[in-house]
Amino acid sequence: MDRVITAGVAVVGVPVVLLGYLLLGERILERLPGRLQSWFRPYFWALPAISFATIFMVYPTINTAILSFYSRDSTEFVGFANYKYFFTFPDTLLSLRNSLFWLVFFTVFSVGLGLIVAILVDRVGYESIAKIAIFLPVPISAVAASIIWKFMFDYQPPGAVQTGTLNATLGTVGFQPVAWLSNKATNNAALIFVGIWSFTGFCMVIISASLKAISSEVLEAARMDGASEVRIVRLIVTPLLWPTITVVGTTAIITALKVFDIVYVLTAGAYDTSVIAVQMFSQLTSGGHFGRAAAVGVILFLAIVPLLVVNVRRFQQQEEMR
Amino acid sequence: MSEVITTRPEAAAPSRVALAVEAWGRTLQRVPLHLAIVIFMIIWLIPTVGLIINSFRSVQDMGNAGWWTTLFPPRGFTLASYNQVLGIENVVSSIVNSILITVPATVIQLAIATMAAYAFAWMSFPGRNLFFIVIVGLMVVPIQMTLIPVLKLFAATGLAGSIVAVWLAHSGYGLPFEVFLLRNYIGSLPREIFESAEVDGAGHSTRFLRLAVPMTVPAIASLTIFVFLGVWNDLLVSLTYLGNSPNRPFTVVITQLVTSLGGGWQFLTAAAVLQMALPLAVFIFLQRYFVRGITSGSVKG
Repeated sequence: MDRVITAGVAVVGVPVVLLGYLLLGERILERLPGRLQSWFRPYFWALPAISFATIFMVYPTINTAILSFYSRDSTEFVGFANYKYFFTFPDTLLSLRNSLFWLVFFTVFSVGLGLIVAILVDRVGYESIAKIAIFLPVPISAVAASIIWKFMFDYQPPGAVQTGTLNATLGTVGFQPVAWLSNKATNNAALIFVGIWSFTGFCMVIISASLKAISSEVLEAARMDGASEVRIVRLIVTPLLWPTITVVGTTAIITALKVFDIVYVLTAGAYDTSVIAVQMFSQLTSGGHFGRAAAVGVILFLAIVPLLVVNVRRFQQQEEMR
Repeated sequence: MSEVITTRPEAAAPSRVALAVEAWGRTLQRVPLHLAIVIFMIIWLIPTVGLIINSFRSVQDMGNAGWWTTLFPPRGFTLASYNQVLGIENVVSSIVNSILITVPATVIQLAIATMAAYAFAWMSFPGRNLFFIVIVGLMVVPIQMTLIPVLKLFAATGLAGSIVAVWLAHSGYGLPFEVFLLRNYIGSLPREIFESAEVDGAGHSTRFLRLAVPMTVPAIASLTIFVFLGVWNDLLVSLTYLGNSPNRPFTVVITQLVTSLGGGWQFLTAAAVLQMALPLAVFIFLQRYFVRGITSGSVKG
């Protein structure tokens, strides 16, 4: 019961406190001279977020980065030994390759399909039903999704009754069953498909939300002028959606690089399916090597730096346009 | 004169036929569109439908035949899996815990993120780019990288194992992405609205509460869904900071059941269905916020 009260107080209290902080702070700020006002105001608005980010992300990340140069139990400085290990050990190199697979195929397919579906369902009367159907996998946790896909990928030896949906379908068409998750030719694709299955709905809903923000008058005017739907999508909708597509694409790439749950629950990285994040986790738990785990994390972080540059550039372009 | 009278119906009749043909043509043109959507829907739905159907079958039936065999009798539907799952100690209380963790964590981080996003979008200040670079960078920092330092922090402040610890941790982890996304959205709002409000003497708090927040509702609504789902579905954060505490959520309990059971996990189809029921209800409820043109009238108005 105590927990219920605490939760209730938090739900009501936090917005009220923030509102009070905002209104009271603004009243004080407005009394300050102009220069000081514009100097202090942004920090005042961003202070709660900056504090959270510092305590839970900046400080721990720096701490971990330092630990990547230390030994297993963080007592001895070892220089680049942990990084050298990562780039020479076959298992870690394999996880790097798989993460690249994820990066390319997961991103292209989930963002591409999300965009296509968002545009298509915008043109039919049963849009909300179609969106619910495609969004359905998003709410499903990795634990639940792994139970779902264990049934989908289920494999029995040829001749036995196939209770897995995919192998039963293959059998109907006359093919031999495939051991999707242990066959090295299919398992990475199978895992990536689970990722695409659960992420396309996310892309679709975000893109769709921004599609809804496009003024219907612009579209009506184009239709009145006799523009075909294909031309409207190509020349009006897609350019207007581009900022959103970049944001969603960035999120997809980050999700691909950080992917952990699906691989960990479905194969635990066995049969050559490990990815960087799973590799890091196993270094941390079964390996018990905090230095190496930290080094893998830093490599993961460094892989993102190109994205960072792209985002910052776009950020600056947006500034110039305003 | 007579010619005019005779040509009129002749001219009207083909045009009516032509209109009908054109209407049919438009309908036929849309067949591929409907087909593509329906096929996509079916592919995306089948795995989940299979799971839901299996959750109403006995463990023995699941092993003997695929879920599609229930399309024809004998179906053998049973609530045995649900009874088994709900009968397990901790399951019901862990579902309550999941709600008590998810709702406050979502409210806290979105309120803070919207404020910061407004500052990043519409205020210029020294170091803004640097702060934003840090935020974009933090978005991609794997949670695993922060676990041990934060755990030590919770232990030092006496928050370890408490529900407050998970609220704070989730808020910290979620903020960078939310600030990034909301900043891009708020930053793409039309500048004239804010400028004319400023000319009219509206302060930043008014511009934020009366303009930025209402116009950002589509983004906030979709973001709420994803933050809620992210926390609801989280395993790693709760597992690390709550462990075996009585405050642990549903996902942790399900995982502990999966690992402790080894084989015979099939009845957990019911747990999976229960786990996804609430997020799905929330999504359907918030659908109404995905309304077209929330911003379209704001420049004129």
